[in-house]
Amino acid sequence: MNPAASIEVTGLQVAFGRGRRAFHAVRHAGFSVEAGGSFGLVGESGSGKTTVLRALAGVLPPTAEVRGRMRMHGEPLETVRPRALRRRMQMVFQDPYGSLHPRHTVDRILGEPARVHGLDSIGSRIGEALTGVGLDVSFRFRYPHQLSGGQRQRIAIARALIIEPDVVLLDEPTSALDVSVQAEILNLLQRLRRERALTFVLVSHDLAVVSHMAEALVVMRAGEVVEMLDVAALRTAAPQHPYTRRLLRASRGYDRAAASEF
Amino acid sequence: MEDCRDPLLIVDGLSVTFDTPRGAVAAVRDVGFTLGREKLGIVGESGSGKSQTGRALLGLLARNGRMSARQHSFDGVDLLRAGEAERRALLGRRISMILQDPKFSLNPVMTVGEQIVEAFRVHAGLSRREAHDRALAMLEAVRIREPRYVFDAWPHEISGGMGQRVMIAMMMVPEPDLIIADEPTSALDVTVQLQVLALLDDMLARRGASLIFISHDLNLVASFCDRVLVMYAGRVVETLGAAELHAARHPYTRGLLACQPRVDGDGADLPTLHRDPAWAR
Repeated sequence: MNPAASIEVTGLQVAFGRGRRAFHAVRHAGFSVEAGGSFGLVGESGSGKTTVLRALAGVLPPTAEVRGRMRMHGEPLETVRPRALRRRMQMVFQDPYGSLHPRHTVDRILGEPARVHGLDSIGSRIGEALTGVGLDVSFRFRYPHQLSGGQRQRIAIARALIIEPDVVLLDEPTSALDVSVQAEILNLLQRLRRERALTFVLVSHDLAVVSHMAEALVVMRAGEVVEMLDVAALRTAAPQHPYTRRLLRASRGYDRAAASEF
Repeated sequence: MEDCRDPLLIVDGLSVTFDTPRGAVAAVRDVGFTLGREKLGIVGESGSGKSQTGRALLGLLARNGRMSARQHSFDGVDLLRAGEAERRALLGRRISMILQDPKFSLNPVMTVGEQIVEAFRVHAGLSRREAHDRALAMLEAVRIREPRYVFDAWPHEISGGMGQRVMIAMMMVPEPDLIIADEPTSALDVTVQLQVLALLDDMLARRGASLIFISHDLNLVASFCDRVLVMYAGRVVETLGAAELHAARHPYTRGLLACQPRVDGDGADLPTLHRDPAWAR
């Protein structure tokens, strides 16, 4: 494995539309993630965090204008990517209700990426993928509507992992789930990362989730990275930027005095 | 003024059942509480019955839903015996409801201002001109910086936080004694959530109104409300003073608190909730 940075983003800019009417979703973003590390992108709506993740995944709409440099294991991530490179990076989406095809069985949902990437012994891979995410093999012939939210998110994770990527991009993977289910999914993701030496890039609006999952993070606002910090600094409440401090304070719950300062 | 210690709302033995093709499903089972001039939180995970409890209080159940109660009275009026007209007049005028997503609560083909004007005309019987002025003042009261711009805007042109401020403004028009808010800030960013709650808090204090705040977020509710009911499988399993949250006794409440990641946590695996079938009995 490459001991150097797994993911490197430098001077990333993403705009939708052209000229004066262009919308600059990401104005300036840069960070790097070590192989086997877990990195958080934090921000509120409109901060550009999800656009950064989508740029990394290569799933931006064709109208998007991307500038700057993105690399994975030293290889450039262009708009059009060779299949071998695509196989090394997978994404898990926020909404387990929307991201699984409602009329495909779990068997087909998990088998399709394996087939696209030309893998063999698909049947046994599907079985392993299910047990790997803590589901019984009997789930194989069920449909998404027969599953709970947590089970669906397990299927979405299994679908990402079945082609054995080394980088997993997670877009708010638990924000649609109840907290008790969230705990199970976060534990599952951490176990999978340890067992398979995965690299995570995690987008979340929830500082507690990022603090729990990541080693380092960037805080984004209005398309720009306002601060990059270690989770240790976040845990001891030592962020420097006023916006990060404000986010931290707001995440602790209601405080009338704090609200007046915003 | 009447005695403030008189409870505003008394509910006892409230049950809500839905008839489904696979038989009757009990969503709310034997819920009871007394509400004074306070902010009461109802907390639970999806399917706990918290939202159906809130809707039942206003008689807003889906067509296949049935509710029953031993007691349901509002400010001394027995709602179980009141006629339909009396009940509706009372509930419509004195209780308001705020829902999670302003996108679905505002009329998409009417400007924001027109909707508030309509509320003033219906509830306060004002002339068009007076209603217009009051609507603008109301938008200012919920701290919208450019009330004239928002007045003329369509619901799709305003942000979620702005939409929720508009909803609060509209709900305040009838000067209700009770507001039932179901996840009013769950779709908002945390910093906006704090501002919207501060606004609601100030409005409630100014009018001496009570609040029932329904949410999945235990910590948020405990920091905002005076008292918290914790619901599980349609029942209230525990009632706590908001300040005593960390002294919760029920294993479900304790489990919910423990399984949340914390900013100052150590990153170790989170405890998971082991549900005891006895909790639902």
